[in-house]
Amino acid sequence: MIHLTPWDLVIASGMIVLLAISSILLQLNIAKQLVIAACRNVVQLLLIGYILKLIFNTNNLYLLATIATIMLLVAGYEINARQKYPLKRWVGFKIGTSALFLSSFAMALLTLTVIVAPTPWYSPQYSIPLLGMLLGNTMNGISLGMDKLNQSVYQQKQIIEQRLMLGHRYQDAIKDIRIESVRTGMIPIVNSMAIAGLVSLPGMMTGQILSGTPPVEAVKYQILIFFLIASGTGFGIMTAVWMISKRMFDERQRLDLAILKIK
Amino acid sequence: MPDFRVNDLNISSTLATMPCSFSFSVPAQSGLGISGASGIGKSILLKALADMLPHQGELFLDGIESQRILAPQWRKKVGLLPAESQWWGDQVGDHFHNYNDLLFGQLGFDKKVMAWQISHLSSGEKQRLACIRLLMNQPEVLLLDEPTANLDHSNREKVEHVILDYQKQQQSPIIMISHDQEQLETMCQQLLLLQNGHYEIKTLNKGVIE
Repeated sequence: MIHLTPWDLVIASGMIVLLAISSILLQLNIAKQLVIAACRNVVQLLLIGYILKLIFNTNNLYLLATIATIMLLVAGYEINARQKYPLKRWVGFKIGTSALFLSSFAMALLTLTVIVAPTPWYSPQYSIPLLGMLLGNTMNGISLGMDKLNQSVYQQKQIIEQRLMLGHRYQDAIKDIRIESVRTGMIPIVNSMAIAGLVSLPGMMTGQILSGTPPVEAVKYQILIFFLIASGTGFGIMTAVWMISKRMFDERQRLDLAILKIK
Repeated sequence: MPDFRVNDLNISSTLATMPCSFSFSVPAQSGLGISGASGIGKSILLKALADMLPHQGELFLDGIESQRILAPQWRKKVGLLPAESQWWGDQVGDHFHNYNDLLFGQLGFDKKVMAWQISHLSSGEKQRLACIRLLMNQPEVLLLDEPTANLDHSNREKVEHVILDYQKQQQSPIIMISHDQEQLETMCQQLLLLQNGHYEIKTLNKGVIE
């Protein structure tokens, strides 16, 4: 495998600088965001690189559990950021974290203990990248699904109430919106599965091939990851949509949007 | 005989200018009109009767308190026609389980209406279709929020006729909001006059059905 020298990265960063300068000249207003994102990127990734090195050397389950928990909590917080009609802070955090726990932790545990089964099962070389990949990808889908759900319910408040007035159960009154939300959340992963190999070479597979893994071996891992992400996203969205929509109605099945943080 | 009774109903948490306690009853086959200035809370009162708002106090249908049956069941029995009807499907037919020749015919529609696009309906058509949708649900009590506000004279008479017909068959109590004095007098025996912080109930002399 060809190792990258700091100079190789400097050349790549030269491209970012060039783009930033052009954007200033053309008044495109992306320079600041671009530079901040690039700097954050370097710091965060270098940091995790050294942390991973440390963990790989110690192989300590408790350290690993701590890192995994931090990853989960950060994802549970981030899942509610950038929503148009976000949930109130604690409810949102609770629902987001539960959905992610089910979708990513459960999938990662299954993989580590049954499918890949490294020794020990929590071997950091497998568990950390796997969990990270699952959390990152399922978070996207779940967050899209939640956004769609909250936005639709808020905008279709009167339609939902009309259905309740006609004696529909709350599950029926919100059924169409639930279906749409799950569909929306699943679009990214279904798209990537559909075009994988034809249009795009997935990132993980590319990485493995670059580092010398035989292509067919890399493909098998990629398929495994796709299946895990797709099922994790699906179960995660279903959990989130179920938990949120249950809380949007009170004990007499009246629509109650108190869980939304309306700006 | 379905009769509707309200005991010490308090919805002032939803609208502060509401009276703190409503108590009235609407016997079977009779009508209670609600009138009052715009924004005073007439529609809110009607929504509360359908158990669509948190409230204190009790609602009785035929002696059965609303909390004792499931909310969707209560709303099926105590059918509310909102001032502005809402439609979730693309076509009229998406909102009906089956077709009823008599009802649709009486309000000037035929079977082709089921394929009409909701987005092409006029407000008057929506109002008449919403009325049919409500009646096909077979409610025991009718709560009507300005049921003829968007209709011309002839359609208004048709809707009134259909509602009174239904009332006669089912002996339903009717509670309706209307700004039309003449309509209130033909359809109601009592009138609830809602004002800021209080209300009064009057008997309407002329309103005799038959």
